[in-house]
Amino acid sequence: MDVKMWTYIIVGITFALYIGIAIWTRAGSTKEFYVAGGGVSSLANGMATAADWMSAASFISMAGLISFMGYDGAVYLMGWTGGYVLLALLLAPYLRKFGKFTVPDFIGDRYYSNTARTVAIVCAIIVSFTYVAGQMRGVGVVFSRFLEVSIEMGVVIGMIIVLFYAVLGGMKGITYTQVAQYCVLIVAYMVPAIFISLALTGNVFPQIGFGSTLNDGSGVYLLDKLDTLNTDLGFAAYTDGTKSVIDVFAITFALMVGTAGLPHVIVRFFTVPKVKDARTSAGYALIFIAILYTTAPAIAAFARTNLINTVSNKPYNEMPEWFRKWEQTKLIKFEDKNGDGIIQYVKDKEANELTVDNDIMVLANPEIANLPNWVIALVAAGGLAAALSTAAGLLLVISTSISHDLIKKQLNPNISEKGELLYARLAAAGAVVVAGYFGINPPGFVAAVVALAFGLAAASFFPAIIMGIFYKRMNKEGAVSGMIVGMLFMLYYMLKYKFGMFDGGKEAVEGLKDGWWFGISPEGFGTVAMVANFVVALIVSRFTPAPPESVQHIVEDIRIPRGAGTAHAH
Amino acid sequence: MAEKNLQQYWKKNLNYLFILLGVWFLCSYGAGIFFKDALNNFKIGGFKLGFWFAQQGSIYIFIIIIFAYVSLMNKLDQEFDVHED
Repeated sequence: MDVKMWTYIIVGITFALYIGIAIWTRAGSTKEFYVAGGGVSSLANGMATAADWMSAASFISMAGLISFMGYDGAVYLMGWTGGYVLLALLLAPYLRKFGKFTVPDFIGDRYYSNTARTVAIVCAIIVSFTYVAGQMRGVGVVFSRFLEVSIEMGVVIGMIIVLFYAVLGGMKGITYTQVAQYCVLIVAYMVPAIFISLALTGNVFPQIGFGSTLNDGSGVYLLDKLDTLNTDLGFAAYTDGTKSVIDVFAITFALMVGTAGLPHVIVRFFTVPKVKDARTSAGYALIFIAILYTTAPAIAAFARTNLINTVSNKPYNEMPEWFRKWEQTKLIKFEDKNGDGIIQYVKDKEANELTVDNDIMVLANPEIANLPNWVIALVAAGGLAAALSTAAGLLLVISTSISHDLIKKQLNPNISEKGELLYARLAAAGAVVVAGYFGINPPGFVAAVVALAFGLAAASFFPAIIMGIFYKRMNKEGAVSGMIVGMLFMLYYMLKYKFGMFDGGKEAVEGLKDGWWFGISPEGFGTVAMVANFVVALIVSRFTPAPPESVQHIVEDIRIPRGAGTAHAH
Repeated sequence: MAEKNLQQYWKKNLNYLFILLGVWFLCSYGAGIFFKDALNNFKIGGFKLGFWFAQQGSIYIFIIIIFAYVSLMNKLDQEFDVHED
């Protein structure tokens, strides 16, 4: 059977599974819609969190990025896993004890202020929308490559599926679909990685394989070989990287703190029955995530070795079939500058003749390694699972922010349970349509705004929540001014150094690099903005009245596990 | 629960956090970033040590940290009688 047939079959089966689960788990109450009734086991929640968290970017783009960045790729590997330590130790148990539905709930109640709540809603919606557009785009790309429909058509199909189970099932439907999606995506990621590890190094575990010797009888370690290949072509040694230490530090920190502040991740910890489960569940989530995240750098190293060995200084007309296939999608481009018919792939921009898009490393890997057609189809289904699961989680945050935080808590507190549920469903449906629109007409800055989403989460939510738990004296004046300063600071730096908005647009960005504060890139600036938030909040709170007694009791109460009960609305 | 007990419970919790987050910082930012070049002089298998910490080791240690905290806190909750059900 050909790849296309296999893809139809495997993707068809997985989609039928997701829809089946949605019908079986549809939500009957707001509590089921927002937090799956608060009865999800910590293992299931760990798996769902992993799928929620690992997006199209993790599945499709990350290994490719690392492959080109070498050591520097560690910013993603550590940054997107280390945040779970912060979640498990500093956030999840206390927020679970607090026992409400959303992050703005916590901010609004802890800081006894609807202004704080509104600032939190705005942050949650901005962060989630920037993120979800990228997911819908990912769905479109996978569909168009493997099923040969247009990207637009792919996005629409993805929208219909997400609409179905997010609107019907809310958090409950999403949770159990995410469990299924995790299984699909991890199998799809591991199978080709294991095949390739076996082929290159003879080791069945990719995590160990990429630290082993090559299978070609030379007895040379794969990473040493890769260092040589890279430096011979003028690139930095694979295990060295090119970013400055301070920038690697800042980016990693911003990603970690941003991860811990992302509302769609935090809200998953409201779904478990007990405080104890919230802690354990973060641990399970990290194990499930680590399976993929420790494999990704191995795939990156294998793919880099395979790529250089296959294309570097080889005649263009001897390239294998996959090379031509991906050339058609324009994700591989060859331009024979010196007209010798041989591919020169080097660091030097003038002499380099080959450009390879990050995204094909995972998607093309099975073809490069000559794996059977069903494996290629499986990778397509995995990419879709990763994108859909994350999109659904984000859409839920958006719909909850509107129906619960905005309508129920502020505009119309007397709304009936049924009415609120209806608004939640309508908001979810509306959000899917907006996300789909951005998926079809992507604003040219999708990649940039994802970094912005992390920076904003780091600069706004994280400090406000941490101080809400660990510093009783923090009051609304402090928290609100901290969040606003952090957010504006981050936005300013991003607009200036990522979009060149104050210096004549995108073209100016490269030249502005020397102006980076402390040599920190916009991706890492969330760290600085977070510090600014803390500092401003602490100073302002010193000069303004302490929070009322009742709020100080809330803080004391969330610090001990007993009496958590299930998540409740009042 | 008595006020004093609560304070002690919280203090112990903060102690655990301080130590575990210290480990968290040392293995990722320490071994994986700031001291990477020095550690790269050592090798385990084909991995330079600093590189291994940055791309593999720190992730494994993160998992250990979380489960260490889970087990410490489960004991502490029992000890101070603040556990659930």
